[in-house]
Amino acid sequence: MFNIVIVGVGGQGTLLASKILGQLALENDYDVRVSEVHGMSQRGGSVVTYVRMSNDEKLYSTLVEQGQADVVLAFENLEALRALPYLKKDGTIIVNTQEILPMPVIVGATKYPEDCIDRVKAGANKVITIDATKIATECGTQKAANIVLLGVLAKTLPFTHEQWMDAIEKNVKPKFIEINKAAFDRGYNL
Amino acid sequence: MKKLMLGNEAIARGIYEAGVKVTSAYPGTPSTEISENVANYPEIYCEWAPNEKVAVEVAYGACVAGVRSMACMKHVGLNVAADPIYSASYSGVNAGMVVIVADDPGMHSSQNEQDTRLIARAAHVPCFDPSNSQECKDFMKIAYEISEKFDTPVIMRTTTRIAHARTVVELGERVELDIKDYNKNPKKYITMPANMIARHKFVEQREKDLAEYASTMEINKIEWNDRKIGVITSGAAYNYVKEAMPEASVLKLGLVYPMPRKLIEEFANGVEKLYIIEDMEPFYEDTIKSWGIDCSGKDKTGLQGELFERKLEEKFCGKENAGPMETKDIPVRPPVLCPGCPHRGLYYVLGKLKLTVCSDIGCYTLGALAPLSSVDTVLCMGASIGMAHGFEKARGKEQAKKTVAVLGDSTFCHSGMTGLLNMMYNQSWGTVIIADNSITGMTGHQPNPSTGFDIHGNPAPSIDLVKLCESMGIKNVRIVDPFNVKELEQVLREETAKDELSVVISRRPCALIVKQPNTPFACDKEKCRNCGMCMKIGCPAIIKTETGIRIDETQCVGCGLCKNVCPFGALDVK
Repeated sequence: MFNIVIVGVGGQGTLLASKILGQLALENDYDVRVSEVHGMSQRGGSVVTYVRMSNDEKLYSTLVEQGQADVVLAFENLEALRALPYLKKDGTIIVNTQEILPMPVIVGATKYPEDCIDRVKAGANKVITIDATKIATECGTQKAANIVLLGVLAKTLPFTHEQWMDAIEKNVKPKFIEINKAAFDRGYNL
Repeated sequence: MKKLMLGNEAIARGIYEAGVKVTSAYPGTPSTEISENVANYPEIYCEWAPNEKVAVEVAYGACVAGVRSMACMKHVGLNVAADPIYSASYSGVNAGMVVIVADDPGMHSSQNEQDTRLIARAAHVPCFDPSNSQECKDFMKIAYEISEKFDTPVIMRTTTRIAHARTVVELGERVELDIKDYNKNPKKYITMPANMIARHKFVEQREKDLAEYASTMEINKIEWNDRKIGVITSGAAYNYVKEAMPEASVLKLGLVYPMPRKLIEEFANGVEKLYIIEDMEPFYEDTIKSWGIDCSGKDKTGLQGELFERKLEEKFCGKENAGPMETKDIPVRPPVLCPGCPHRGLYYVLGKLKLTVCSDIGCYTLGALAPLSSVDTVLCMGASIGMAHGFEKARGKEQAKKTVAVLGDSTFCHSGMTGLLNMMYNQSWGTVIIADNSITGMTGHQPNPSTGFDIHGNPAPSIDLVKLCESMGIKNVRIVDPFNVKELEQVLREETAKDELSVVISRRPCALIVKQPNTPFACDKEKCRNCGMCMKIGCPAIIKTETGIRIDETQCVGCGLCKNVCPFGALDVK
């Protein structure tokens, strides 16, 4: 059984990442639960998506809760720190080292914590940091940062490169398949 | 074939497989994707209605006319649609009708935590509560059978964690049903007192019959296990019970109203301690206690917020509090108006003019948050207009010149028009601003009568808001681009000053559906005097640093609003 929490800022493409992940698990005979957030939080707020997959234990809940995540996939530094309590003791957190300032910081009501990544490193055993936004931009569009991150995540899950490629092909618009495959490999070969 | 389906997608599949022919709905999180998915089945007539009341009336007409029908909405939409549902309960159906209502425990995207089961009971209609996508699909088919067998509309109630979760579904085939005969039947379909007195007796008997039947239904099932603890539960809560209390015996309810009393009594007699674990109100608990059965639940969980596994472990299994699910001592990230959003210019000007703003439900509710902070009240769909009128009647005509109502085009079509009619009729001096982006934004861009296309994307007539207001007898109707902040300010000063009712249409398309220039702006450090004017529009791309203003190029869409508010010409295309 694998519990994965995907966190980011509304509009960063977390929903596509969870969709690909869910599809991949189903096609490889796993039972799957994916919980999404639609509506108001999508407008630039914090977003959290849960993906659970199992080929042994029976799954009921669609949520991943405190201390249950094998992997936290964070699209942004502050959201990585926010999501830390989800992580299992020996879990892995993958962080896209992008900073998106929330409105209370922009208006000066509070400060963006400068030590986000240090605090994440202090709170987790396995931390992988990557500038996925920059890598995605090099591949052709910064929107593919979510796929770069899936490439990194792939190393922690029991699916083959071929199976991942298949899942990407089935969930991405045809004209973006090549860019996304390249983006995936950049993360995969990190 | 197996497919990973969103709960809402599975409900749409159930509608398809049940042979439904007509559906109508108004979007609302977390119900919106039901209609969006139904629209993919060409066998089904599917439409967006201007509001939930109309949607239910359309569905009811269709079911009386002889085809299975569906209307869907979020929980607060059920309040709007309550009128036809309460009476349709008396009149019953011809072909089956199901009303799907999505509740939102925890208020992820809603203004309250109202529990649809209470309304099902008040209207005396049966109510289902599925626990996963497979049940979403399967229960829909059972719901239509119950509807026709017992001559009643049926409510399918879901919650956010069911509607917006993807789980695996085994697909089935569609049954094609012939249109049932329609025969004029005044005693059933005309809700005059003499007819409905007889129907009320029918409703009372129907409910008793349904309660008997409920104890025999397979979807109400006992899972015997350790009998020290027994749990009665349903919906999403069932999933958390199975994770947190794997040893417990469980009575899982699928049809949750009327409640299967015989089955519940059998279960209660078979366990030592009985817990009732349900999201929202103590709906089962209160009823079960009224039968003299000892049980508990809400004393431990309270009413507010959604249930989850760790909460049950702590409240029912004696485990320690697992701590917060998220790190708490860091900046929160509330939702914001998108970069390029047309509402930003409007709220900037409203804040500048220091008006009392009665706002409404939609993306533009976000104008309430800092730094715009330009909203005084938000209540429910369409309430902005009525409330602004109430302010005027309470505090006098001068108040009318300091107060505006703000609502979107979709909300105006939903339930704003009648409020405006009231203002005209009762001689208001107020100003109503229609924030017109010609789409239903917050729920994900569903078309409405102002858009110009239908749910399938096909061309459709669009309402002319100016002519509509003029036809009501309103003399002052003006259109302004909210990014032209100078003109907007001037128009609002003029219209609020008038001793007459005015409508200002603040018109600009949603930034997410019209291609933005995407030429990032930059701040010219030599021209910038750090006056802070650009910070007042609350754009997520504009950041104040120690060395001056910086534009975040990953956020900026090049809309140019900041250029229009900068007094020194420091902000322009890079």
